[in-house]
Amino acid sequence: MTTARPASLSASLPALPPPPAALRRLIARLPVHPPSLLLAAALNRTLRPRLPDDAAAALAGHTVEIEVRDFGVRLRLALRDGRFHSAPDHGPVTLRIAADAASYLRLLRGNDDADRLFFERALVMEGDTEYGLLLKNTLDAIGPLLHWPAPPR
Amino acid sequence: MSASTHAASPPPRKPRLVCPAGSLRALTLAIDAGADAVYMGLKDATNARNFAGLNFDLAQARDGIAYARSRGREVLMALNTFADARAPGRWFTAVDAAAGLGIDALICADTAVLAHARDHHPQLRLHLSVQASATTQEAIEFYRERYGIRRAVLPRVLTLSQVEQVCRHSTVEIEVFGFGSLCVMVEGRCALSSYATGQSPNTAGVCSPPSAVRWEDGAGGVSARLNGVLIDRYAPDEPRGYPTLCKGRFDVDGTRDYALEEPTSLNTLSLLPQLMDMGIAAIKIEGRQRSPAYVEQVTRVWRAAIDDCAAQPSRFAVQPEWTAALGRWAEGQQHTLGAYDRPWR
Ligand code: SF4
Repeated sequence: MTTARPASLSASLPALPPPPAALRRLIARLPVHPPSLLLAAALNRTLRPRLPDDAAAALAGHTVEIEVRDFGVRLRLALRDGRFHSAPDHGPVTLRIAADAASYLRLLRGNDDADRLFFERALVMEGDTEYGLLLKNTLDAIGPLLHWPAPPR
Repeated sequence: MSASTHAASPPPRKPRLVCPAGSLRALTLAIDAGADAVYMGLKDATNARNFAGLNFDLAQARDGIAYARSRGREVLMALNTFADARAPGRWFTAVDAAAGLGIDALICADTAVLAHARDHHPQLRLHLSVQASATTQEAIEFYRERYGIRRAVLPRVLTLSQVEQVCRHSTVEIEVFGFGSLCVMVEGRCALSSYATGQSPNTAGVCSPPSAVRWEDGAGGVSARLNGVLIDRYAPDEPRGYPTLCKGRFDVDGTRDYALEEPTSLNTLSLLPQLMDMGIAAIKIEGRQRSPAYVEQVTRVWRAAIDDCAAQPSRFAVQPEWTAALGRWAEGQQHTLGAYDRPWR
């Protein structure tokens, strides 16, 4: 059970420094595969065991593109045969999500609300709205995937 | 006004804080943050927030009720859509399930659903949902006489003096909305979403169902369409809102603007002393479709405000940090007292 946290905590999260432009350009030229593979592996470890069967069934068979805007990184993932996989670079996607690293971090830590980021344009979602909502509600119900730094005692 | 002027049992001095739970996680966070009660729905069209991935199955509902009860809090179940004449049995089965779970109260709007609960589960406490749109003491009294409701949730279309009028004469507890997105039409009677998509809160439990929503990036900015109907077009850095028909921008007599309502959030924090003075029994926070983080932080602010106001009503002042915290979570980033002070009715 998550214990009560001070309301101000979310406002004082560490901001990520933007990566230098040269690094950004380099990262943007990399193929989407290696980072997608890493993310798929991480999700198979952290998210998959907590994903209810009905949600996994409903989310399976679709490709989602995740763009980390300030790092210029695009990742493509799909849930297939009960596991997360990296998906091909090209071709249609069901859902495209774009946000800065700091916004993703806040969401992963359970400190922010996707609706709020969406209202403020800090998070962009394109494609199948219903699928996006299913994904959002499923992740909300599961709770933080990342506990870093550890919550204060 | 003193509590003794009420015909029924005197209202509690401190209004109960009723918070939304779209998931078990939101429920536990709301309780930990100080909610007196949480309201939730089952995973089907019997509740007015029937969105994919949201709400409780029976096992989750059981866990949530156990969590709340072990901390002395209540769980209310919203079963507040209108039964479909082709298959009303689903609604009655849901009432039976709620009674079986041992929830503290059922929130309903449909008279058929209320009658089923009254006849088959007389021990079950009934609250009249905002969707029933009972706006007068007479309407509320009708539901009390016929179905034995113990509390009525007032629609957000009433002004403060109308709320006071109802409160002064009511023989049941009165609950009002304190915070959240606005649904401005006479609640329970809005068919705007049905007009565009065939589904609305009262029929299917959704306003502007996500399957009908499309966001399109184009030369003129980002267009939000509901089943093809253009609801709004946003400049690239303009804040967005939910694409509901009532909050769209339309051309009316050559002017493009919000025709019905702006995408703002209701926030009645500053009215707390007056609401408490009227003897309001409960204050409801909107947002079962929002994240657990929203629920937790909004609950925390309202808990502090209600406690402050109850301790020293005459010296109550809205703290700037409360306003800032609520502003972060509000749709449209604005605050309004809603109809509580709207000039049009
Ligand atoms: S269109 Fe607006 S007023 Fe009508 S049900 Fe939807 S949110 Fe409420």
